[in-house]
Amino acid sequence: MSALEFLLAGTLAAALPLLLAALGEMVVEKTGLLNLGLEGMMAIGAAIAFICVYHTDAHSLGFLAAALVSAVLALIFAALVIVVQANQVAAGLAVGVLGLGLSALFGKSYESQTISGLEEIGLPVLSQIPVVGPTLLTQDIVVWLTLLGTVGLWYMLNKTKLGLIITAVGESAEAARAIGYPVGLIRTIAVAFGGAMCGLAGAYASTVYTPLWADGMIAGRGWIALALVVFGTWRTGRVVFGAILFGVLSLGELTAQAIGVAIPSQVLASLPYIVTILMLVAISRHQTRVG
Amino acid sequence: MKLRLIRRDAASRLAMFGAPVLALVLTCLTSLVLFAALGLPAGKALHALLLKPFLSWYSFSEVLLKMAPLLLIAQGLAIGFRANVFNIGAEGQFIIGALCASAFPVYFPDGNFPLMLLAMILAGGLGGMAFASIAAGLRTRFGASEILVTLMLSLIAVQILNYLLLGPWKDPRGFNFPQTVRFPENALLPLLFENVRPNISLIFALGGSLFAYLMMEKHFLGYQLRTAGLAPKAALYAGFSTPRMIWLTLALGGLAAGIAGASEVAGPLGQLQRSVSSGYGYAAIIVAYVGGLRPVGIVASSFLISVLYIGGDSATVSAGLPVAAVEVFQGMLLAFYLLTFTLIRFRIHFERGAAA
Repeated sequence: MSALEFLLAGTLAAALPLLLAALGEMVVEKTGLLNLGLEGMMAIGAAIAFICVYHTDAHSLGFLAAALVSAVLALIFAALVIVVQANQVAAGLAVGVLGLGLSALFGKSYESQTISGLEEIGLPVLSQIPVVGPTLLTQDIVVWLTLLGTVGLWYMLNKTKLGLIITAVGESAEAARAIGYPVGLIRTIAVAFGGAMCGLAGAYASTVYTPLWADGMIAGRGWIALALVVFGTWRTGRVVFGAILFGVLSLGELTAQAIGVAIPSQVLASLPYIVTILMLVAISRHQTRVG
Repeated sequence: MKLRLIRRDAASRLAMFGAPVLALVLTCLTSLVLFAALGLPAGKALHALLLKPFLSWYSFSEVLLKMAPLLLIAQGLAIGFRANVFNIGAEGQFIIGALCASAFPVYFPDGNFPLMLLAMILAGGLGGMAFASIAAGLRTRFGASEILVTLMLSLIAVQILNYLLLGPWKDPRGFNFPQTVRFPENALLPLLFENVRPNISLIFALGGSLFAYLMMEKHFLGYQLRTAGLAPKAALYAGFSTPRMIWLTLALGGLAAGIAGASEVAGPLGQLQRSVSSGYGYAAIIVAYVGGLRPVGIVASSFLISVLYIGGDSATVSAGLPVAAVEVFQGMLLAFYLLTFTLIRFRIHFERGAAA
């Protein structure tokens, strides 16, 4: 398999944890909050999912449990920020540190254990296309479901009343409250959704992408997802594009091989953060959604 | 029934002392339950976490060693937090500070440089300051959120560190470990006591605390910064310059973190390593908040968090506690602090019947 084929086959899977977490955080930020605890919520999801799959061998159960537990962790953030009005930077970090710690604590006795991943499914007919077919168009079920779900999320945010309400809450909480929307409740649900998405992201990382438990396996993906939301300027389509781009970059040296250039992998690893800063500079003059 | 929070007319002194104590008690109780549920000897673990560090001069000295960087960074950060400038990239400023300081011993490994140590500390502080100033410039010029910019810069700093340690700065005789040469004697900070590791960086940290106290509590500048944090509109009407405050707070935060980074390589490490920071920049945010963002409180909270680190180390041995337990404890402490602080600062008001 050539480097390019490898990249075609691996990019979507590498992008998936970033995409799931970033879509969740995007909804949170659309309601006007900022949860910095992504890394921790992904980590706890990864640990819970791994433990579940290790004992039951049922990936669906692992994903479900991860989503639930991460959502509960996110609700701690919601309680601190929405109910007792604590500073959200501090609350997000508290949840992040807690999640990272708990994940290491729970996962300790599973260190270096492996489980089986998921088999890959080719799209009917299309997977017969040479080069692209067996690589890009042959992915595991979670990739296909996520792509479907992303379309659903785009539809919900842009074409339904619920999407409008979410945007209204983020643009002006006061106005939304005056109209009679339950701002606190909508934000709480958004935060729980964001947590659940991080849980799924972590579950994918630990039970499908690399079905092996190692402490610290999220390895900064939560921070990249956070950057991704900004990079995508809070729009579903652009977040998907960004996730694929960042996914390619996260394949680092592999990518450098594929394009035949000797770039230090650290430069590639820094690129998501650099473009995010540039993006912040470019958009912030028109938009002050965060901070 | 509806629940509402009503701000108390005066933030009570009780809140300032009560909240962290109550948070600590709640954290201890919760972790007792958690450790027990995981089948760990909970009582033994808590004993090791909170008491062991006081039981020998050596472990107590390790607490002081740990405290120096945490205290210095947290003081710098808290100044910004009180003015609503959220520099959460102290980790990166610390790393850049450590890098800048290390440049001297790396390029002059024989120590043939005048005033080596002074140059290192200065370079570290200025490096951290310059790195944080990027965020200040982007915020004041373009309105880019300093929260996200400082965070992104931290992640970039880690990559710069990796690049240097895996490439040009790697010790040629270091068996391929990602670390620099060991620093010469004149690039190391003087120790405070015999036979134990605390060095004069603790004096820097205490000096920084005194500076923060005088500036924030006694000087007009501190009043301006506090006003900007509590009542941004009032600060604007009074004509306090927002850009100036952003530059000042980020520069001070970067300076403190940079000096802390320089002190770490010139102190206990004696070389630049990949794990130079081990999360001090993030832990310092917890320290700053649990200290109520006040200079005196931060001295106490940095001591507490350092005790937890050293206690956590001994608990891994005596109670089989995973290293991660310290993180769990820190995260819970901050969460409970945010909870208790708010509950003491606000009155809870229950309304019955129709919503107001």
